[in-house]
Formats: sequence, C-alpha cells, structure tokens
Amino acid sequence: MHNLTIKQMSEKLHAGEITSVQLTQHYLDRISKYDTELNAYVSVTPELAMMMAEQADKKLASGEADLLTGIPVAHKDIFCTDGVKTSCSSKMLDNFIAPYDAHVVSQLKKVGMPILGKTNMDEFAMGSSSESSYYGPTKNPWNHQAVPGGSSGGAAAVIAAGLAPMATGTDTGGSIRQPASFCGITGIKPTYGSVSRFGIVAYASSFDQAGPMTRSAQDSAWLLNAMAGFDERDSTSLQREAVDYAAELGQSLKGLKVGVPAEYFGEGLDADVEAVVRDAIAEVEKLGAEVVEVHLPNKDLAVPSYYVLAPAEASSNLSRFDGVRFGYRCENPKDLEDLYKRSRSEGLGAEVKRRIMVGAYALSAGYYDAYYLKAQKLRRMVRDDFTKAFESCDVIMGPVAPTPAFNIGEKTDDPTSMYLADLYTIPVNLAGLPGISVPAGFVNDRPVGLHIVGPYFSETKLLNVAHQYQQVTDWHTRMPAQYQ
Amino acid sequence: MSLGKTEVEYISRLSAIAVEENEVDQVAAKLSNILDLFSQMEAADTDGVEPMAHPLDQVQRLRADVVTEQDQHEKLQEIAPSAEAGLYLVPQVIE
Repeated sequence: MHNLTIKQMSEKLHAGEITSVQLTQHYLDRISKYDTELNAYVSVTPELAMMMAEQADKKLASGEADLLTGIPVAHKDIFCTDGVKTSCSSKMLDNFIAPYDAHVVSQLKKVGMPILGKTNMDEFAMGSSSESSYYGPTKNPWNHQAVPGGSSGGAAAVIAAGLAPMATGTDTGGSIRQPASFCGITGIKPTYGSVSRFGIVAYASSFDQAGPMTRSAQDSAWLLNAMAGFDERDSTSLQREAVDYAAELGQSLKGLKVGVPAEYFGEGLDADVEAVVRDAIAEVEKLGAEVVEVHLPNKDLAVPSYYVLAPAEASSNLSRFDGVRFGYRCENPKDLEDLYKRSRSEGLGAEVKRRIMVGAYALSAGYYDAYYLKAQKLRRMVRDDFTKAFESCDVIMGPVAPTPAFNIGEKTDDPTSMYLADLYTIPVNLAGLPGISVPAGFVNDRPVGLHIVGPYFSETKLLNVAHQYQQVTDWHTRMPAQYQ
Repeated sequence: MSLGKTEVEYISRLSAIAVEENEVDQVAAKLSNILDLFSQMEAADTDGVEPMAHPLDQVQRLRADVVTEQDQHEKLQEIAPSAEAGLYLVPQVIE
C-alpha cells in the first residue's frame, strides 16, 4: 500500500477498496518494523491514529470526505498537538504535553488525516542534520551512515522510507528543502505568511514557515491546500483569497523563462551535485522552457545576515523557556536567577545555547547597529537581488545544498561549517519567497534535489514546474531497496 | 573577533544561561568563530539601504479590543513544574 501515490490512495479510499483503518495500520506496522533503526519518529501515536482512522472511514462512508480524508500524516515535533508530547526534540520540552493544536494540526484534523506520530528534528529547528536532537540522530534511509538533513530530517526520512505517506515540516533557513534534497523527496516552503505559525514552537518568527513534505509535487499541492490559509491567531498571516495550489498542475512549460544564477554554480559547489542540477535544468529545457542567466550578487552576504537575525529572534523567542510555567526545571534551585540559568543551561542543547547567546550579544548595547541593523539592511539587498532577477525570468533554478548528504558526525564539531550547508536556501528565507526541492538524481547512493524558487505567491507555478518535471523523470518514485 | 572570559560572563548573564568554569574557553572559541562569520558583513556597502524586518513590508494587523481567550489556567497549569492555587511557584525572592 505504501507504494501507491496519494492520488491512488485517495481514489481507493473513496471507492471503498481500502479503508483508512487498514492504511493507517499498514503504516504503523512499518514504523514498528523499521523505526528502531531509523529513529525518525520522536513519538508514535497508534491509539490516536486508529481512532482518527475510524472517524475518517465514517466520513468517507458518508460521502462528505475530502481528497485527503483517511490518509495518515506525520507531524514534525514542532507542531503543538493537543494531548501529545511536543518536544521540539529538546530535553527542555521532553515533558511537555501540548494543551492545544497548532493551526496546521487542527486543519489536517478537520480534513480527517490520522496522526501517525511526531517526527525527529534538530533541537528547536536549529540545525541542518537532525543530529542535535535530544533523542539522537535520525539516519538517512538511503544510507545509514549519512544524515537526513535538517531540521525537518525525521519528516524527510519517513517519506523516503515509506513510514508515512505525507508529512509536515517547517523551513526557517532551509529546513524543508535541504532534508528533502538529502532524502530524495519533494518539499515546498511557501511564501512567508501563507501557512499560520500558530502553535508552531517559534525559532525565528520573521522566517519560520511551514510546508508539506511528500513524494511528488502533486501530493505537496494537495497537502498545501489543506495547510495554508488565513488565521487571525498569527499576526503575520496573510489575508488573501483562498488559493487552489493544484490549479495549474498540467500546464505546459513552453515559454517558461528559467533563470540560472551564475553565483550559485561557483566555488564550494560539489561537481557531482552541479552535474545533477544541470542535467535537471536541461530536462526542463526539453519541456519547452528557455534558460536565461541571472545574477544574485549579494548571495554570500545571506549566510552571515541570517546567522545574526535568526539567533537574535531566537534569543527573544526562547526566553519563554525559564523553568517556571512549563518544560524542564532544574533540581533544587538556590534562588530565582539560579532557577532560570540552570534550567536553561541543563534543558537546552549546545547549538541552541550558542544561538541564544550569539543572538543576545548581537542585540546588546553597543553591537546592535554593527550586527542586527547591518544584517537587516543586507536582508533587503538580498531580497532586491531576487526582485531584479525576476524581471528577466519566471523561476530560478539551482542547487538546494552544496553537497549530497554528509556523514553523521562529520560537521558536529564545527558549527560554522554546518551553517554553510544552507547557503543556497537561506537567501530565499531572507526574501520570504517560495522555494521547492525536487528529487533530480543521485551522487553515488545519495539523493540530490533541484531547487526552484519563484516570486511571491508563485507556489502554483513552482508546483506545476516540479510536476511537469516529474512527468518525464522517475527520481521521486524511487525508494531505498531495503524499504520497498 | 576573539571573546574572553569577561565577555562570556556578560553573555551568560544577558541570555540567562549558566556557563560552567570549565566550559568558558570552548564557549568563547565557538562564539568567536561565529562572530568572525559576522565580520564578513562589514565590507558590504549599505549606505542608504533601509533595514528590512518583514519580507512583504506588511504592517501589524489590528483587531477589536475585546476578550478572545478563554480562561483555562487550570489546564495550562497542569504542566507547570510547580503551581498552587492558580499561582506559579518559584524560590522566594523577597525576605
């Protein structure tokens, strides 16, 4: 059953050929069989899943079902889920049973998508490898020595290994697209503000954006339809007419102008990754697209700018973890300051503490102008580069990450080298643009994604470009042999 | 830029994160590396560039000044490390 496309699953559910209970049980069985090794789930919720599957079957029988009713989903452990542990893969929240649902969770509950569990991630979404999880690293299903990417590494791994048909992720600096690339799946980060942040544990609020992680672009379009939309509980939620993200699937790519930024193919890009990406662009050309060269001259300023701004926002957002209202509290605090400092020191991992400290420093008296304000100016310059590039093209294509998945432990001692793993994804977050990673090939046994970026609100176009590419390629349908 | 013990203590206070004596050197070294990354920003000419806080330059939405939240302190305090009679308990602050 896990080899069916979502469209086939939906048709079989609606025709009564399979039930949601059968489908959900099938995935729960696969999780029991494979996840001890993979460590892609932080929590598995079989009782909740089966209860929701029974309800979904009733809804299907009543004829009031949605396209995705009855199809199970795995939520990244950053989405608050009522009555379920929501740890953000941190010791700080190891005991945190969320008292309410994130907007995304409640939307997918309304559709009737049974929740299989919560997926592993880098602690508080701060990382590019899912190694900083309090629960240990997730393995890449394609090669157990390799990381699955991060921070939504668990979500990418469960899709690649067939331990969930669909998953949710979040992307602050590349956390949907980079793991999608490393695990050979499709993942889209929509325009900032498209999906409500309500109930998502906050990392850097002006960047955080949720999106779908699935096998194909069509699956992502369907899931995004259920996730996106205005929510008054998120102060930066966009008030727009409802969009059908699947509306343009099927359109020809004839005449599409594809911008290829010269700066994205320079120093630092692995030659084998470059070959895969260039082949993919050539394939899109065969479909009738026209390639034009564009320039993003401030690309190299994006990483330092992001690593000022995101930690600055994190230092403020994560001040709520103080050992008082919820989460971890240290033993025998001698006074209030000791309670704050030791609860945070003992409850948070090394990378999270580093980012909070750096962020607090960047915001402190005497450094604000040199760091924070400067970084905000660079953010505008990076955004303006894209605006200018989109004057001569419809979408931009390039690599998602400079290398295929690296090995577990390879970069853990050198945080700044890990930061550079996101140099192609971060500019898109600074600008708030939509971007998608599409499976485009392999380097040895490790998948490589094609990065497609578009102007604000061009998700329907990005999804169609990816969909057309997936009509003539089969990278997105491949599975690691041991999980087939 | 290289940070020393004094700066690490200052940052520890700013961020309310305890740093043990034996961790100071390592924390200082790793934070210094990150500040070196930041120094790459210095060379960029940002004269006349407005700082950007929101990608779509959106302004804050306003809502009517009415109560929208329900009182659910009992539910929310169930997960508190220490609470009593609707209050969060912390070590004594005033003698």
